Amino acid sequence: MAQDKAAVEAKGLMGWVDARLPVSSFVKAHLTEYYAPKNFNFWYFFGSLAMLLLVLQILTGIFLTMHYKPDAQQAFASVEYIMRDVFGGNIIRYMHSTGASMFFVVIYLHMFRGIIYGSYRTPRELIWLFGVGIFLVLMGEAFFGYLLPWGQMSYWGAQVIVNLFATIPFIGPDLSEWLRGDYLISDATLNRFFAFHVIALPFVLAGLVAVHLVALHEVGSNNPDGIEIKANKDKKTGIPLDGIPFHPYYTVKDLVGVVVFFIVFASILFFAPEMGGYFIEANNFVPADPLKTPAHIAPVWYFTPYYSILRAVPPILNSQFPGVAAMGLSVMVFALLPWLDKSPVKSIRYRGALYKKWLAAFVISFLILGYLGTVPSNIWGQFGSWLGGADRATVVARVFTAIYFLFFILMPWYTAKDKTKPVPERVTY
Amino acid sequence: MSDNKIDKEQASSNSLSSSELSFSAPTAVNQQKRNFLIAATAGVGALGAAAVAVPFVGSMLPSERAKAAGAPVEVDVSKIQPGTMITVEWRGQPVWIINRTDEMTAELAKHNDQLSDPNCEVAQQPEYCKNANRSIKPNLAVVVGICTHLGCSPTEKLQAGGDMGENWTGGFFCPCHGSKFDLAGRVFKGSPAPINLVVPPYQYLTDTTVLIGDDTKAEA
Amino acid sequence: MKKSNMKKLFTLLAFLPLVALASESAITIKAPIDASDKASLQRGAHTFVNYCLNCHSAKYMRYNRLVDIGFTEKQIKDNLLFAGEKVGDTMQVSIDPVEAKKWFGVTPPDLSVEVRARGADWVYAYMRGFYRDSTTPTGWNNTVYPKVAMPHVLYELQGEQALNHETHELELVKPGKLTPSEYNAFAADLTNYLAYMSEPGKQSRQHMGWWVLLFLGVLLVLAKKIKAEYWKDIK
Repeated sequence: MAQDKAAVEAKGLMGWVDARLPVSSFVKAHLTEYYAPKNFNFWYFFGSLAMLLLVLQILTGIFLTMHYKPDAQQAFASVEYIMRDVFGGNIIRYMHSTGASMFFVVIYLHMFRGIIYGSYRTPRELIWLFGVGIFLVLMGEAFFGYLLPWGQMSYWGAQVIVNLFATIPFIGPDLSEWLRGDYLISDATLNRFFAFHVIALPFVLAGLVAVHLVALHEVGSNNPDGIEIKANKDKKTGIPLDGIPFHPYYTVKDLVGVVVFFIVFASILFFAPEMGGYFIEANNFVPADPLKTPAHIAPVWYFTPYYSILRAVPPILNSQFPGVAAMGLSVMVFALLPWLDKSPVKSIRYRGALYKKWLAAFVISFLILGYLGTVPSNIWGQFGSWLGGADRATVVARVFTAIYFLFFILMPWYTAKDKTKPVPERVTY
Repeated sequence: MSDNKIDKEQASSNSLSSSELSFSAPTAVNQQKRNFLIAATAGVGALGAAAVAVPFVGSMLPSERAKAAGAPVEVDVSKIQPGTMITVEWRGQPVWIINRTDEMTAELAKHNDQLSDPNCEVAQQPEYCKNANRSIKPNLAVVVGICTHLGCSPTEKLQAGGDMGENWTGGFFCPCHGSKFDLAGRVFKGSPAPINLVVPPYQYLTDTTVLIGDDTKAEA
Repeated sequence: MKKSNMKKLFTLLAFLPLVALASESAITIKAPIDASDKASLQRGAHTFVNYCLNCHSAKYMRYNRLVDIGFTEKQIKDNLLFAGEKVGDTMQVSIDPVEAKKWFGVTPPDLSVEVRARGADWVYAYMRGFYRDSTTPTGWNNTVYPKVAMPHVLYELQGEQALNHETHELELVKPGKLTPSEYNAFAADLTNYLAYMSEPGKQSRQHMGWWVLLFLGVLLVLAKKIKAEYWKDIK
């Protein structure tokens, strides 16, 4: 009897809230009665991990902002202040720096899932486009954030990238000056990058993630077989036969994913936060010096594939702009995937050898371009005069840049031509 | 959650068990095990959350820089003339060191009826200053010069009489709202200030050196 | 305007690799340092305060943090602080940076995070790499950092080395107060201290890490159990 009364009272309070805010119906629609395919595998952890990382970055970011000083004279010192004088400051700082790199690891894996299972195919094009938007904003967020410690790599990385804008025909130099707020990267630049990094882009990111999820729930999740589970619904309940409620099944499964992720995260944070100079670069422990260019400027590892492409394209008609354009295109081209892919099947499981070879070539290109972006272009010496004495690494980068773009350009042809396998009616594990 | 369970059980008896759906309702045994696992995982998770909260919450405590700036202050008191006072800064606050004359100290016992808290009942001073003179040595007073009303710094009126009137026996007058304090920092009745001035922790390092802000006996 | 900016960018990118070639040689010695050797760290702290703090600041390092490596506050006050400094102060430099720039051509850099920027091996090799060179303003040069503006502050201890131009090896031509192995140990202690000073919280964060991983291991077991239990429902 008492139990019934308790149930009625709970309903009472929830009833009061629900009459004013659709909490219970939201929980039903998006958790307990949102039916996701039952065959989600390893590749499906990275979406929820990405969301976790966003929360983590915002949380650690807020606490860092309590102590950080966005002033060219004080920024570097304020980071060391956080590392040494603030209780727990070193842990919070490492959470933020590790989180930033892990965000890109997770996002690249999340994007790769979308590619291999055709999650960008109709009716999910908009989810994919929002995703491309999130990726672009995330790159901007990382770029603005990296200036804040005001080390040598921070300063010169920003210098090089802002100078890229100067190559844009006609408006370039003025645009760069406007972005910088000064004739060189200076305190003015630092302050506005701080504003972008702490306020502007996080809001944009949160908004894009929200619509990304709303769009997903509107059409329902894809799965490793690329089958639409809504095609086979239970006659009585209307529930997809291969669908299972997101809560509790995927909340509890994602919990395992989160714990495994935290193990990786903690291992890095507590034992190797610098990651051999890839997560926190050694040269960034030297305060920014506008008069002293470092021997070797490279962007942080997650930008290196695109940096490689930038360097690979030679100046045309005395302009560096083609390289800049190629770099921009190499990111934007992902947005075209839904319309380039002419295959009758969505998932790589049912595609033929032709597609798999091209995908493999693309992945290899991405990785090699990424590696090349971390080293100077003379790392492998030069070819003889028969190739004009060109740097070997540059030639290799050009080859793989071509393959990178061909993956997209030729896709309408090879996906149509590809010999696909029959797609099953119901999902497989 | 209980609603869900009821629905699931009904559904299970109606259609789940014999249906083609990919999920079914748990048995009673399973549900018990689940409740235990939920409790265990949530418990351990909560411990973890508390542990993670430590660096975040702790980061808001005064940093080493703040602690260094707020470190105890050593003061040489040998040069303060009897009947006068000096002001030093400690943690951003003015601290008065008053060298009372013997008459000034004797006067302290004579006007208890005019004070709001003559016996220092309210803990505005360390235990070792809860005495007649509110100090370690009878004539040297160490008091934080901030009015306990709304935080102004009272003006010194150490001498008796003068512009404070013939009944004034010496002390401090706060110009903001008129609170009055005696030469031991005790508040007079009728003042807007409710309690005596704060006596900070302090100790004598030598006969002539006072350390304000730290009364722990350091290692030899 | 546009063309000169582009020329600047192109020149920058083109010459960047060359600058890499012109810099220091590859470091082959490993610094024999042990972050848990408190005695070594304390010796290094003494050396740093007595020899280095005259010109180089360590402005992010607080004196009282040295309790990490086993000093008491009293020991710090008695042995490591100079006149007027308080134990809670940061390691500021005695020299005037403007004067220093006049004398050396460059302001001696702050060393708080030097080991994080250069690596411990570099710093150790640098301490050992000074040799007599009459062509430089100070009369000293360094195999790790050619034409460095810093003279060999520790020459009385190490003695004087010369660079043999055929073998490209350093040879001790004038012995110092310490034997070579004693000096190397001395340099190792200093490097050890500088490594510690670059990140005083390193030992404690690694220690914390083991507990965190242990906790996460327990949580992982529970999470897997609860997942398996719920997924019994799934066909």
